[in-house]
Amino acid sequence: MTSLLSGHGLHKSFGPIPALRGVDLEVAAGEVLAVMGPSGSGKSTLLHCLAGILAPDAGEVTFDGRRIDKLLDGRRSRLRRTQFGFVFQFGQLVPELTLRENIALPLLLGGRGRRGSVAAAGEWIERLQLTDSADRLPGEVSGGQAQRVALARALIAGPRVVFADEPTGALDSVAADEVMELLVTTARAEGASVVVVTHEPRVAAFADRQLTVRDGRAVLPAVAP
Amino acid sequence: MGIVRRMTVSYALLGLLNEADRHGYDLKQSYDRRFGATRPLRFGQVYRTLAQLERDGLIAVAGVEPGAGPERKRYSITTDGVTDLERWLSEPEDPQPQLQTVLFTKVVVALLSGRSADVFLEEQRQRHLAVMRDLTRQRREASLRDGMLIDYQLFHIEADLRWIEHAAGRLDTLAEEIKL
Ligand SMILES: Nc1ncnc2c1ncn2[C@@H]1O[C@H](COP(=O)(O)OP(=O)(O)OP(=O)(O)O)[C@@H](O)[C@H]1O
Ligand SMILES: [Mg+2]
Repeated sequence: MTSLLSGHGLHKSFGPIPALRGVDLEVAAGEVLAVMGPSGSGKSTLLHCLAGILAPDAGEVTFDGRRIDKLLDGRRSRLRRTQFGFVFQFGQLVPELTLRENIALPLLLGGRGRRGSVAAAGEWIERLQLTDSADRLPGEVSGGQAQRVALARALIAGPRVVFADEPTGALDSVAADEVMELLVTTARAEGASVVVVTHEPRVAAFADRQLTVRDGRAVLPAVAP
Repeated sequence: MGIVRRMTVSYALLGLLNEADRHGYDLKQSYDRRFGATRPLRFGQVYRTLAQLERDGLIAVAGVEPGAGPERKRYSITTDGVTDLERWLSEPEDPQPQLQTVLFTKVVVALLSGRSADVFLEEQRQRHLAVMRDLTRQRREASLRDGMLIDYQLFHIEADLRWIEHAAGRLDTLAEEIKL
C-alpha cells in the first residue's frame, strides 16, 4: 500500500507528561482508519500531530510525499485548510449562521464567491439529508443533524484527509450509525481518507482498519486481523 | 451449548492440573473456588471429564492411593495436555453467545499458570473487532430486518469487548486474588 499520510516515531509531551511515546502509522489514499484506545492514551494528541495542529517533539509526519511537521505556521494552516477536513465531538458550528451558511463557510473563507459557495452547500445539504433544516440555526437542530452539518463542512472543500475526533461521542447509537455511514460513504465517494478517533467499537467497525493506542504507543495485533 | 461448556470445563481442569497434580475431589473443590461461582461442578461431571481427558492422553494417572473408588486416583497433566492447553489459550474465540464462560476461564487459567493474559486478551480483541467490521459491512447490503439481527450481534460483541477492555485493565489485581 502506498501511504498518503504517515507518522513515524512520533513523540509528544505536555510538560513532564508523555502523551505519545513513539507511534508509527500509515494511512493509504481512500482508506478509513479508526484510532481506538482508552481515555488519556494519546488518541487526540496523535490526531493533532498528524493533522498539523500540534508539532511533535520528535518524529516525522509525511503527507503526499512531503514532510509537514516542520512547516512554518502559515504554510501549515494553509495545508490544513486546503487538504484536510475536521469533525469534532461538538461545538464546532458557528451559532449565528444557518446550517447552509455553516456548510458554505470553508468555501467563503477560501475565497470562493458567495453565490458559488451557497450553491455548493446546497448539494451537500441534499447528500446529507438536511433539506428540511437547512435554514435553521445550529441551536435549533438535533445533535445528529449538527454532526451531519459538520461532516458536510469538513468535506465541501474537497480534502484529501478527513480527521474526526469522537464524531459520535455525543450521539445515541442510531444517530451515531447514521453519521458514521454518511462519513464513510461520502468520504469514499470523494476519494478522501479518514482518520477517526473513537473509543466505541461499534463506531470503529465502520473503518477498514483499526489502530489501538495505549499509553502513547500503538498496539500492533500479533496476528494480522 | 453442552459441547462448549464441556470443553471449557475440560480446559479449566487441565489448567488446574497444570498448576499441580490433584485428586478428583480436590479438582472439584479448586474448580468451584476459582471458576464455579455460579455453577459448581457435579462429581459425575468431574469424573466423566477426567475419563475423557485421560482417554485423549491429555492427563495421566500419577498415583493411586490405597482404598476403592475413583477419588483415589491422582492425576497429572501430560506434555500433550500442556500443548493442548496452550493452543486453546492462544486461539481467539469466535464471538458467540455464552462466550463469557470461555473468556473468563481463559483469563483465570492464564493467570493461574503464570502465562500472559494480556496477549490472549489483545488477540481476542482483534478477532472481535474484525468480526464487527465484517458485520458492519454486511449490514450495508442487508434488508432492515436482517440489519436488525446484525445489530443485535454487534451490540453483544461490543459488550464482550467492553468486558475485555475492563478485564485487561485489572489483570494485575486479579492475578493476586486468584493465587489465593
Ligand atoms: N494540552 C494539554 N496539556 C497538558 N496535557 C495534555 C494536553 N493534551 C493532552 N494532555 C495529556 O496527554 C495525554 C493524552 O491525552 P489525549 O487527549 O491525547 O488522550 P485521548 O486518548 O484523546 O483521551 P480521551 O479519550 O479522554 O479523549 C493525557 O495524559 C492528557 O492529560
Ligand atoms: Mg481525545
